[in-house]
Amino acid sequence: MSTPNGAVREITYGEAVREAIVEEMRRDPTVFMIGEDIGAAGNVFKILTGLQEEFGAARVIDSPISESGIAGIGVGAAMTGMRPIVEIMFGDFTTFVMDQMTNQAAKTHYMSGGKLRVPMVLRTTMGAGRASAAQHSQSLHAWLSHVPGMKVALPATPRDAKGLLKSAIRDDNPVAIFEDKMMYSVTGPVEEEEFLIPLGQAEIKRPGRDITIVATSSMVQEALTAAERLAQVGLEAEVVDPRTMVPLDTDTLVESAKRTSRAMIVDEGCERYGVTGELASVIADGAFYYLDAPVRRLGAMNVPVPFAPSLEEQTIPNADGIFETARTLCGAA
Amino acid sequence: MSAEIPIQDVEHWLSLYEQMYRIRCFEEAADNLYTRGLMPGITHLYIGEEAVAVGVCSVLRDDDWITSTHRGHGHCLAKGSDVGRTFAELLGRSTGYCGGKGGSMHIADQDTGNLGANGIVGGSTAIVAGAGLSAKLRGTDEVAVGFFGDGALGQGQLYESMNMAALWKLPVLYVCENNQYGEYTPNDQTIAGEILDRARAFGIPAHEVDGQDIREVSRVAGDVVAAARRGEGPSFLQCTTYRYRGHHVGDVDRPYRTRAEEEEWQATRDPLKTLADWLEAEFGVAADVVEQLETEVRTAVDDSAAKALDEPIPEDSEVTTHVYA
Repeated sequence: MSTPNGAVREITYGEAVREAIVEEMRRDPTVFMIGEDIGAAGNVFKILTGLQEEFGAARVIDSPISESGIAGIGVGAAMTGMRPIVEIMFGDFTTFVMDQMTNQAAKTHYMSGGKLRVPMVLRTTMGAGRASAAQHSQSLHAWLSHVPGMKVALPATPRDAKGLLKSAIRDDNPVAIFEDKMMYSVTGPVEEEEFLIPLGQAEIKRPGRDITIVATSSMVQEALTAAERLAQVGLEAEVVDPRTMVPLDTDTLVESAKRTSRAMIVDEGCERYGVTGELASVIADGAFYYLDAPVRRLGAMNVPVPFAPSLEEQTIPNADGIFETARTLCGAA
Repeated sequence: MSAEIPIQDVEHWLSLYEQMYRIRCFEEAADNLYTRGLMPGITHLYIGEEAVAVGVCSVLRDDDWITSTHRGHGHCLAKGSDVGRTFAELLGRSTGYCGGKGGSMHIADQDTGNLGANGIVGGSTAIVAGAGLSAKLRGTDEVAVGFFGDGALGQGQLYESMNMAALWKLPVLYVCENNQYGEYTPNDQTIAGEILDRARAFGIPAHEVDGQDIREVSRVAGDVVAAARRGEGPSFLQCTTYRYRGHHVGDVDRPYRTRAEEEEWQATRDPLKTLADWLEAEFGVAADVVEQLETEVRTAVDDSAAKALDEPIPEDSEVTTHVYA
């Protein structure tokens, strides 16, 4: 992981999200938030406590349970000079906002020949692991990544959560940010000074020479854990976090695979027709003559997320699976 | 004249007549372009409904916002768009309002406050509330008007939008253009209960308006827009109207309604004829004055259509521009 400059503190992922919103709302009066239970409750994960107190109910709008409506309100406000942050409590509920994001937000700039802009952020969650079962555990980021006009970010650390969100708020396009709800209480170093992380810039979270592990969101930590164990058996894995699905930093992914000659992709979306397939294809295309083995994929199982923890844990990629797959790929099994 | 109709000078009403007639000529020319195979895609004509767009937009300011529908040419022109650039957009030309990338169903013109036609029925019913929220948050007295057809009454998002607009007293006017048919289906098969009750359930003042009488449309719209501007929150208008043509230009046989019904609306409730008759009775505007005006408007519109055909198509490289801002 890159080292931040200047004074650094350890804060949680949730605190990092909150800091990003607070800083941007103080900086720019056109930024406002709308979402369910984001007022006095401070959102269901308690990461926005005090936000409404500081900025008032007019700029931190506690909405009815109307995901489609608040997404549409976000689009209309964004088209007319505001920078809304629309919070969708669980990523599973993005099903309700797909028309507004897909048919309206993502296409407005293009359809209007560049005249109208939709600078809005859609913040939502992803990820299983809380025994929340099939309707509160999905990772649906591939859906919006498929739509031209959308940008999609998956911050994996508190620092990324803050820097990417601040960039997303300042971006003139609709940006969806998927936050893994298991990470809100995870801590990490974040500099005191203001900083931005540009959308479209991958980060090498751990350098290595033997295999490239491209990982997203909470899978980055699983990949780093696997990399430590791989090191113990003599394999140096390079962990690359694309950080944004769109725009995608193709160069960093391909160059890493060229250096290591082996690559695997780990992502918590269902493996079928998802992010792992896209990223594997990007690497296969870009690094074909450098690869010593086919690119491997590890996504979530193609099943609804089950409730029973013993079943649920089977469905998500983890450090054990990454370790085994990487070792096999390196011919060291 | 009844007391509540404001006495405005004859030029005002003639100007509104001219705008309605321009829309009718525009739509007839668009139909002609389609029929001759000169216009790509399909289009949905506003003929018969002109008094709604012109009447409502006549009480709006330049800095007010509208959201429009797939049947949006009338809204576009009524809010102030140029005929030639609108034709150019319909023809997919680079000089069109969207550089030829939006077309009939997505035409937008930010400079006149038109946030766009919409290919999704009910797709802009929440966008208009967002524009209203924005107007309020920015501390302005702008008003946002959402046009939608009776077909959009079937979309749930409208009710989410009305609920929030009422809760937060947003400066929004919901204008339901009830032209009796949702695409190819008479709306007595699709709408339960009373339309106005749906808005009233949210505490939103709702009015039924004769959408073929521009004097009534503009009077009621003027009242509710003024209320919205004063911060009194949203209103809802059900404008009873009729589309003379099919759902789109290719819907020519219209088996879902009778020719007699169509003829009756045109003979007895035509918005142009209604206004012309009143102008004659009230101000003594002679038929030849109106005819003269019509000839000028039609000539200008037809010229614009012909000129638009000569406009260039977009450069091939435009396919990848404006995906992102």
